[in-house]
Amino acid sequence: MASPFASPLVGAIVKIGRVTLFLGRVVAQCLPSLRAPRLLVAQIYNAGGRSLIIVMLCGLFVGMVLGLQGYDLLQRFGSESALGVAAALGLVKELGPVITALLFAGRAGTSLTSEIGLMRATDQLTAMEMMAVDPVRRVVAPRFLGGVIAVPLLTAVFDVIGIFGAQLIGVGMLGVESGSFWSQMQSAVEVRDITEGLVKSLCFGLACSLMAVYEGYHAEPTAEGVGLATTRTVVSSAVLTLVLDYMLTAAFLRT
Amino acid sequence: MTAATAAEPVVEVTDLRYSIDGRRIFDSLSLQARRGEITAVLGPSGTGKTTLLRLLMGAIRPTAGRVTVFGAQVPALRRVELYALRRRVGMLFQNGALMSDLSVFENVAFPLRAHTRLPEPLLRRLVLMKLQAVGLRGAAELAPSALSGGMARRVALARAIVMDPELLIYDEPFVGLDPISLGVILRLIQSLNATLGITTIVVTHDVQEISRIAHQSYLLANGGVVAAGSPTELRATAAPVVNQFMNGLPDGPVPFHVPAPDYREQLLGNPDG
Repeated sequence: MASPFASPLVGAIVKIGRVTLFLGRVVAQCLPSLRAPRLLVAQIYNAGGRSLIIVMLCGLFVGMVLGLQGYDLLQRFGSESALGVAAALGLVKELGPVITALLFAGRAGTSLTSEIGLMRATDQLTAMEMMAVDPVRRVVAPRFLGGVIAVPLLTAVFDVIGIFGAQLIGVGMLGVESGSFWSQMQSAVEVRDITEGLVKSLCFGLACSLMAVYEGYHAEPTAEGVGLATTRTVVSSAVLTLVLDYMLTAAFLRT
Repeated sequence: MTAATAAEPVVEVTDLRYSIDGRRIFDSLSLQARRGEITAVLGPSGTGKTTLLRLLMGAIRPTAGRVTVFGAQVPALRRVELYALRRRVGMLFQNGALMSDLSVFENVAFPLRAHTRLPEPLLRRLVLMKLQAVGLRGAAELAPSALSGGMARRVALARAIVMDPELLIYDEPFVGLDPISLGVILRLIQSLNATLGITTIVVTHDVQEISRIAHQSYLLANGGVVAAGSPTELRATAAPVVNQFMNGLPDGPVPFHVPAPDYREQLLGNPDG
């Protein structure tokens, strides 16, 4: 215990343990919570539908930047016709899942945390328990599932808009031939690339939603506590997403 | 009242001890709430009254002692059994604790939707009847944020009685109410107890209000019951701590001031020593 890293390290291990136990509790309640599909649909709308505009806007601009940067890089080797492949692979495998997850954590994750945290602070969760209703089933599980379902869908939207943005710049402004832009993309992008993106976005959705509901459920029941929990959600979601991204990319490249 | 004094206890706490973070909250606390009676649990702020309710409902476990509700040992119950017990109990929270994302109607309907499969028309009628009882049928479609504190507490009361509980627990029902709302809540507590025969526990520090309706009172202080009996008996007790609390005196065994350094020294002394 003499090491200065000892107590943060122990703290981190304890937190990982708590989050894992909480994940078990939430997953166990996911199936029973499906008995009230209205709650789940409302949460998919809350987490997904309300993040749609920001995801589309960011997707467009990320795609446009990819168009500019990709063209600048590829034309040095005289292969600007490969812009479609470069943009599509970059978006589908990497940028789409990661940026969508980060946007989700900032837009929907924070609101999940503060909503659940405020329910805790105003005794709503305790009241549910006293009415013999499990708050994990009624409040946490639908929000968690809603997030897990919403992130891959948002990622798909991000990818499509991003490719459109790259095409807008590459074909529309920089003169890449439309036929080669699309046909090269069609022949080079494989199902496994799309699977990789899908698996990543599912994992990121799970991690970000879990952190959001965990931090909210365990927030100190004060205004300051809810604020701190919201900050922790963004920080831990972002770090988890990038760490998971490295691990998943490495795993996919080995197979 | 003669029949009531012979009634069996619904809630029985015996030799309860409870400590948290090394701080002793209860030390050998014993009390009873008998069927069909209004039992008042009185005490200054910070004596652990709300903690006692949490112990009764099984939200926390006692360090030692027995907590029996409806004949069941609460700390020994499994989660499923505890939830079954809680369905027979209604609880009114200090701040109402209404679900902020549901309307008044849906808040009252919440326990019914969670625990029963009543057809919608019947459920609607039940909810409206309970809202009528608290005078808020006209507010059914409002959001909780549009209600005043007193109205929110009346909605919470409608929600607490919607499952027709056998035991109704009120946590500080009079705090922050205007005289009209206070009178309404007081009459509601009494009429619910008298007409439906609901066993009632009221946790409060408002001695004057509760004295008018309680059958039995317990005064908590220093981790235990310092006096018990009807409000009149409590008033007649000579013990200084009871006298201080019942008459609202600043000086007595319960200190008004938190321990602090010498007043004169702190105001006039040199801050640098």
